[in-house]
Amino acid sequence: MSEMTEQEKQLVEWLADMNEDDALALSNRMLLEEGADPLRVLELCRTAMDIVGKRFEEGEYFLPELVLAGEMLENIGKVAKPLIKQGEGEESKKLGKVLIGTVHGDLHDIGKNIVSFMLDINGFEVKDIGIDVPVKKFIEEINNYQPDVVGLSGFLTLAFDSMKETIGAFEQEGMRDRFKIMIGGGQIDETVRSYTGADAFGVNAVEAVNLCRNWMGVAA
Amino acid sequence: MSTMIGPYEQTDAAKAAYDARWERIMACVRLEQPDRMPVGLQSFFWPATYGGITYKELMYDYEKAKKVCFDVVAEFEPDGVYPLLMGTGQGLALEKLEFKQLQWPGHGVGDMQPYQYLDREYMTPDEYDDFLFDPTGFYIHKYLPRVAGAFEGFDKLPIFPGLHYFRLVNGIRSFALPEVRASLEKIVAAAEEVNTFFGHHIEWTQRINAAGFPLFNGTNSVSPYDFIADYFRGATGMMKDLYRHKDKLKLVLDKAAVFLTKMTITNAKLSGNPIVFIPIHWAPDAFMSPKQFEEFWWPPFRKMLMGLIEADLIPMPMWEADCTKRLEVIKDIPAGKCIYWFERTDMVKAFEVLGDRVALRGNLSPSLLTTGKPEEVDAAVKHLVDDVWNKGGKLILDGAFGIPDETPVANVRAMFGAARKYAG
Repeated sequence: MSEMTEQEKQLVEWLADMNEDDALALSNRMLLEEGADPLRVLELCRTAMDIVGKRFEEGEYFLPELVLAGEMLENIGKVAKPLIKQGEGEESKKLGKVLIGTVHGDLHDIGKNIVSFMLDINGFEVKDIGIDVPVKKFIEEINNYQPDVVGLSGFLTLAFDSMKETIGAFEQEGMRDRFKIMIGGGQIDETVRSYTGADAFGVNAVEAVNLCRNWMGVAA
Repeated sequence: MSTMIGPYEQTDAAKAAYDARWERIMACVRLEQPDRMPVGLQSFFWPATYGGITYKELMYDYEKAKKVCFDVVAEFEPDGVYPLLMGTGQGLALEKLEFKQLQWPGHGVGDMQPYQYLDREYMTPDEYDDFLFDPTGFYIHKYLPRVAGAFEGFDKLPIFPGLHYFRLVNGIRSFALPEVRASLEKIVAAAEEVNTFFGHHIEWTQRINAAGFPLFNGTNSVSPYDFIADYFRGATGMMKDLYRHKDKLKLVLDKAAVFLTKMTITNAKLSGNPIVFIPIHWAPDAFMSPKQFEEFWWPPFRKMLMGLIEADLIPMPMWEADCTKRLEVIKDIPAGKCIYWFERTDMVKAFEVLGDRVALRGNLSPSLLTTGKPEEVDAAVKHLVDDVWNKGGKLILDGAFGIPDETPVANVRAMFGAARKYAG
C-alpha cells in the first residue's frame, strides 16, 4: 500500500497491538468526522491483519487475538462499508475460492470460523456452508460454487468417518480432481488424513492459509 | 470366606484382586513402582459399541446400560474403571430437567451420535458484577433458568438477602405463583429421576467392586477458567474478555476457585474415593499465549489443586490436546500427589519434565484406536512401555481420552493385551 500518514500508522499499530478502544475511536473519527476514504481505512485494517497473522505464525499471538482481531475488523467494516460510494472499490481479485464446512454429525464451528476469517483476510474468497453438512449438500454447493479448495472441519472422532464418506462421494461423483481437499479439527492428524483420503491436514488457521497459498501457487 | 457389597458377594480372591488393582494406582501416585503397569478404562459411548446397543439405549435404558458397562469391565479387567454410567446414563434426568446446554443421543442428535455441547454466552459481560456480588443470587435468578427449563420459574423468586421480619413473610409470596410451583414440581421430578439413576450407578459400582474392580475416580470437577469459559461466557466471549474485562475476569476466577474447591471436596468425600477427574479444556498450547496461561489460567487452578491436595484428595487433571509448552508451569505442585492425564502431549516429553512429580495417564491416539490396526495399537503400547514405563515413568495406560466411541473391539483387545505382554 502507499505510504502511510502518522495517523494511519497509529491505527495500524493499535489494531495490531489489540488496543481495541483506541483503534475503534480513531477509525470512527477518521471515517465519520474527518471524511477519510473508507476503502483506505479497510486497506489499513488488512495491513494490521497481516501483522496479526505474522505474530500468530511466530507464536506471539494465539486464538484470543485472532478472535478479537476479527471482531475489530467487523466493527470497523460496519462503519466503513456504508460510506463506500457505488462503483468504487470493486472487490480486488481474489487468490482463489475456498468452500468450507463441518462434516455431517458434527456441530462444532469455532475452529472452522477462525479458518474462514483467516482465509478471508489473506485474500481468499470463502464460502462457509455451516455445520453438520450432509454429503449431498457439499456436492451441490461445490457444483454451484466451483471452489479451488474444499475444507472439511470436524472435532469429534465420528468426523473421521464422515470425512471419509464425504470424500468418497466426491470420487463417485467424478469431481475429486477438480479441487484440493484439506481437513482440520481437534483430533485430526496424518493418520486421519490418510484414512479419509484428503490431500492435506492443518492444525491451525495459519496452516490452512499456507496450504491454500501453496495450492494456488501464491508465494507465502 | 466372602463379604457382601450391597447385594453382591465378593470372594476373598476378588477382594485380593481389588486391593492389588487399587494399590497399583496408588503406588503410581506415590511415585513408587507397582507390580505391573496399571491400565485405566474410560469411555463415553464405547460400551454401547461393544455391547451392540445404541447410544440412545445407553442414555435411557438403565438395565441395558449396566449390563454392557459390566461386560466391558469383565472382559478387559482394567485396574481402575471410570464411573461409566455417570458419563452416559442420564437421558431421563436431562429430559426432566429440560437441560438446554447439551444435545444427546435421541435428543437433538441421532440415536448413534455422541454429545454435542452448545457453546453459547450463558452470562453476558455486563453480568460479571452481579456474579461477583452474589453468585448464588445470579444462579437462582439468571443462570439456572437459562440452562435448564425446569428452573424457568426461578426468575420470579424474591431477592433473598434483605428478607427480614415481616418483609420475609411477605417476601415468600412468589412461591405461590403458578410459574414457581411448576418449576418446583419439575425439579422434584427431575431429582427423583437422578435419585433413581444414582441407585443404578451405586448398584453397578457394587457389582464391579464385588468382582474385584475399583472405580478410578469418585467425582469429577472443572478448572475455574474452563468453568467460566465453557459454561458461562462461551468460547469466543471468554477469549475477548482476556482483553476487554481482564480485571473482573480475574476476580471471578479467584472466587470460582474457592467454591469449586469446596464443592469438589464435599462430593469426593461423599463418594469415598480420593481421586478427582478434572477434564481440562482451555490449557492447550494453541489456545492462549504462555503469558496469558500464567496470568489467567494457571493461578486459580493451582490454588484449587492445592486445596484438594490439602484435603487428602488426588486430583487427576486430564490435559486435553497438546500441552507441551505448559509442562514446566504445571510442574509447580508437590510431588506424589496427582495424576496428570495427557491427551496429545508427547508422553515421553511429559515423563522427562514431570516424571519425578506426578503419575502419568494416557495416551493412545484417538485416530490410531479408531482407524488403526491391532498391530499398530500393539506397537504404540510398546513404545509407551519402552520409553516411559521401563524408564521409570509411573504410567497408567489408557486412550488419549479413554476409548473413542467408534473404536473396533479388536483394537481395545490389542491395547489391553499389549499392556500385559510388555509390562506385566
